[in-house]
Amino acid sequence: MLLVFVLVAAGCGNDDDDASEPAPAPATEAPAPAPTEAPAPAELVEVSLQLQWVPQSQFAGFFAARDLGFYEDVGLEVTIIDGAVDIVPATVLDSGAADFAISWVPRGLVPREEGLNITNIAQVFQRSGTLQVSFADAGITGPDDLEGKLVGNWGFGNEFELFAGLVSVGLDPQSDVTLVQQDFNMTALINGDIDAAQAMIYNEYAQVLETINPDTGELFQPEDLSVIDWNDVGTAMLQDAIWADADKLETDAEYRDIAVRFVEASLRGWIHCRDNFQECVDIVVAASPPFGGPAHQAWMMNEINALIWPSPGGVGIMDQALYDQTIDVATSQGILQAAPDAGAFRTDIAEEAIANLEAAGHDVFGNDYARRTVEVKEGGE
Amino acid sequence: MPETDTMGMVDDPLVREHRLKQQAAQEQRRDAVVRITRQTVTFVVFLALLAALYTGYKAFGQAIDDRQHDWAVVGSVLPRTDDLNMPPVSEIFGQFGETPGGQDQIYVKILFDEALFTLREAFAGFMVGLVIGMAIALALAQWRRLEQGLLPYVIASQTIPLIAIAPIIVIWGRKNFDVFPWEWQDWMSVSIIATYLTFFPVAVNGLRGLQSPRPENQELMESYAANWGQTLWRLRLPASLPYLFAALKIAATASIVGAIVGEISAGVEGGLGRRILREAFNYTTGPDRLFASVLGAAVLGIFVFLVVTGVERLVVGRQNRGATA
Repeated sequence: MLLVFVLVAAGCGNDDDDASEPAPAPATEAPAPAPTEAPAPAELVEVSLQLQWVPQSQFAGFFAARDLGFYEDVGLEVTIIDGAVDIVPATVLDSGAADFAISWVPRGLVPREEGLNITNIAQVFQRSGTLQVSFADAGITGPDDLEGKLVGNWGFGNEFELFAGLVSVGLDPQSDVTLVQQDFNMTALINGDIDAAQAMIYNEYAQVLETINPDTGELFQPEDLSVIDWNDVGTAMLQDAIWADADKLETDAEYRDIAVRFVEASLRGWIHCRDNFQECVDIVVAASPPFGGPAHQAWMMNEINALIWPSPGGVGIMDQALYDQTIDVATSQGILQAAPDAGAFRTDIAEEAIANLEAAGHDVFGNDYARRTVEVKEGGE
Repeated sequence: MPETDTMGMVDDPLVREHRLKQQAAQEQRRDAVVRITRQTVTFVVFLALLAALYTGYKAFGQAIDDRQHDWAVVGSVLPRTDDLNMPPVSEIFGQFGETPGGQDQIYVKILFDEALFTLREAFAGFMVGLVIGMAIALALAQWRRLEQGLLPYVIASQTIPLIAIAPIIVIWGRKNFDVFPWEWQDWMSVSIIATYLTFFPVAVNGLRGLQSPRPENQELMESYAANWGQTLWRLRLPASLPYLFAALKIAATASIVGAIVGEISAGVEGGLGRRILREAFNYTTGPDRLFASVLGAAVLGIFVFLVVTGVERLVVGRQNRGATA
């Protein structure tokens, strides 16, 4: 009788399985480009990159480098691995499940302090994209205006700049404001459940602008909002950087060489996205359906570029002053027990990479970069 | 069998029996059609009632302007009724037919493809969970000492939050599961998460089922000098089926939950988990889509439940249905 059952179940199972065959051609797992049947004599080295979040313009440079063959040009075949809610890139990197990882600086340094053996090899973003956004009529223009307000934040380490900003004007984050755990969207602000919401300038801030204002029937306008930019307050912390396995860089010359090539091709991707805006937006949208549609990705691409460019010391080179500020905030907030040792970041790899890029005629500073105007569409589509 | 019996000329007991069987089968089919129709109608009516309740509450909240008044229930304990918090039913269902920007398929087709992806994860996990669960049940039924020792751990396994184990499994899978003859993919790690939720009810209910035969039945088998395998095959497994199917209904829906949570937690693209995460992120600009995608997940859960119920009908047959319903 059990046999019957198993057969039936299995038979039924096969049906299900067959039915799922035509399912979305598993474009899921890091869609590696079909390796073109090697015209290049040298074999490509397989390398994986763990993102901090799902594919979006925040990572456009890496997708561009992959899809436009920049990685191939330096002998690499790169698999880009999506981030997720519970995936910590630093942990993935340390476990050896990825060769490189993208992580915000504090989110790399905290696990590093706990013993993970990783180091920052290229500081891609030169400024922070975190804002505290409120409606203009609330009159919140600086951190001191947050006193007594309902202040949304995402927690999980996203609140450090906010807390440091409050402390910088003499407010105690635990008693002088009411902290509210906020979803990763702007519903609470629009609902009026909070007075000021945490927002990335390239994501959630745009979400508000992509929403219809029920009072006017039109999209919300930038004038409807006021923004606290932690870069201006002076409590900004560095964000997206490329991290690598620290020990392996010391002991494995081949890995270090791969790291230089990886950083070089990645930065070339970012330079390309600075100079070929729409192409990179299209690459991101085609890579996998991003959260937020094409118009939202265009907004993001524009803002991400502004976080990178200009890069005063060259793209990917750590800005020591901003690093020091990041560490100040982290240690004053108790995020880090102590300032990290000198091994927390290194610039030699990025320096080699941009030397190669400059030799190839690329502009690695982007001093004349200016934001463009992007059309905002309802729902970002 | 010859069809001459339709002429009424052959009076053969075999033919008569065959005819009676045919008749019975026909009646069974008719019964099934009636039953399914009745269930479908009930379901649709209930759905319509729910939609009416939702719409009615929303209209009430809008009429009293719940945003301006501090009502104790409407708009505070219960959700606010504006379109951001409660998108109209027509818009939620209307979403299914719309084509999201940057896509070339209507939403319901996208959801369908993603549901198949999630179904594959869940089904693979379900089948493995079934095998593991039954193996545990058999082992525990056989060795009582083992039951006392192992069962606490089986139970404890279910108290570990999925979000804690999901990333571990995925990272582990990418790195260490290259021992398999096929290429390990992230969705298979999600299947392991589904397995994790599936094996437990199977093991617990399977054990109860295997232990369910009355002592006199056991003694009868012993008096026949039936060996362990024969007792298992002829007595204990058949007796366990009603219990097992009760567990499989739980396990089937749990495997869907496991697959969805696993996808969200571990970052697997292509299924309903990623879809729901995406729509939650985009809630501010498109609340109706989150509602629609959650409906899609619910439909998938109902579907697998119905499949298990259908298999149960086939396997256990009519006589046992009363005991398991």
